[in-house]
Amino acid sequence: MQRPADIVDCDIHPAVRSMADLEPWLERRWIEHYKTYGALRQTHYVSGAPYHKSQPNASRRDAYPPEGGPQGSSPAFLSSHHLDANGITVGVLNPLVQSQGVRNLGHSAALCRAINHWQAEIWVAREPRLRASIVVPYEDPDVSADEIRHWAGDRRFVQVLLLSRSSSLPGNKRYWPIYQAAAEAGLPVGIHAFGNSGWPVSNVGWPSFYLEEMVGHAQTSQSGLVSLVLEGVFERWPTLKVVLVESGFTWAPSLLWRLDKAFDTLRSEVPHLKLRPSEYIRRNVWWTSQPMDEPENRRFLADMFDWLGWDRLLFSSDYPHWDFDDPTRVIMFPASEEQRQAFFAGNARAVYAL
Amino acid sequence: MASHVVAATAEFPPGTRRVIEIDGRAVVVFNVKGEYFALLDKCPHNGGSLAAGVVTGLLQSAEPGCYSYAREGEIIRCPWHGWEFDIKTGRSFCSVIRARARAFPVHIEPGQTIVEGPYRAETVPVRVEDDYVVVDA
Repeated sequence: MQRPADIVDCDIHPAVRSMADLEPWLERRWIEHYKTYGALRQTHYVSGAPYHKSQPNASRRDAYPPEGGPQGSSPAFLSSHHLDANGITVGVLNPLVQSQGVRNLGHSAALCRAINHWQAEIWVAREPRLRASIVVPYEDPDVSADEIRHWAGDRRFVQVLLLSRSSSLPGNKRYWPIYQAAAEAGLPVGIHAFGNSGWPVSNVGWPSFYLEEMVGHAQTSQSGLVSLVLEGVFERWPTLKVVLVESGFTWAPSLLWRLDKAFDTLRSEVPHLKLRPSEYIRRNVWWTSQPMDEPENRRFLADMFDWLGWDRLLFSSDYPHWDFDDPTRVIMFPASEEQRQAFFAGNARAVYAL
Repeated sequence: MASHVVAATAEFPPGTRRVIEIDGRAVVVFNVKGEYFALLDKCPHNGGSLAAGVVTGLLQSAEPGCYSYAREGEIIRCPWHGWEFDIKTGRSFCSVIRARARAFPVHIEPGQTIVEGPYRAETVPVRVEDDYVVVDA
């Protein structure tokens, strides 16, 4: 496929060379704390990711910066190797630097603040094509709301970033201060796959394989989406935008059908909902595309786009991660010029007010 | 067709690779145990650079609990999504056992132990001429 003229990449992962990169924005108290005690995750006994990745740093082996450091850690190389090479006009940063799942909530909050400064000053200030996400310590929702208000109005930041595996389901009332602050600021809430909640990716315990984690994000995301709808988050904040990032989307049409069917007979359990679940979802929720499913007949994906709505899907590459999607190899089925434009840029420009 | 010198054989030992550009297209040449093979440096799945991949073998399992490596040093794994290709032929593999389930009695037929995958990396001919590795393209 010929490369579109305008491509908004809604999922780019900047990395730190080491946690020392964050020290300019950390009080000495937290610098010393990290060196002495580390950053324990909510997940027990684990100091890194719960599943070892299939590629170093879960990233492309061809994406190491020439000056050294892990993939995604060089602003200059990210600009040339990804933005220039793939024709990205705007890229949204989603830092997965350890911070949000840190069990010491004070430490978590300090790391999130530092990461937000780091994005703004090291990345966005040097590369006008990039935008930042407000990383919040979501297990402390009041502090998270303060973090959102701290950056609100700063157009370098275009969304609030949460992870899909939080300690409670995301519709839970204890997270509502986050949605209140995001709605006030007019910022979408991006919920990216992964997280360090302490919960396994499966709801039946810890799977044996990384492969199970890879496909399990879809289940986590479905549980989260159902929770957001049924707890009434979109009834309370009708303008709130939620973007589900890197969790797949081909599961969504069947979930919407099933959810509506059950809702029609069980609505007395959730009388606070005024619309059918699919109506909230088609009003308030978007999905990013990567990792795009690859059915043997790619035309099946066109049906998925039709069923969900071409206005709901946003292109994402996941650069520099190993399961990166190349924008010229994503829509491998017939689509109109208007549909392509919406998918690659128009939808994202509307959602993120770019 | 022109001949392109890749390197002197003395400077191109087994287990190493070289990337050369031919008519604007990158070609990766491998020395596999003293034999030279070349592939277009573009993964047929999504276009990753095969030159940046890991050379490995095929991990196979004749039955659950039994594992063995074959073709060690002859397989290149794409640095992006991990598709594996035979350096000698460009054929992709999905290393699964072809098992045929029957109603009763149930048993596993050994059959083919390696099933060809859906992709094929483009091969480029390589030869050695006067102690130089040469690609004709």
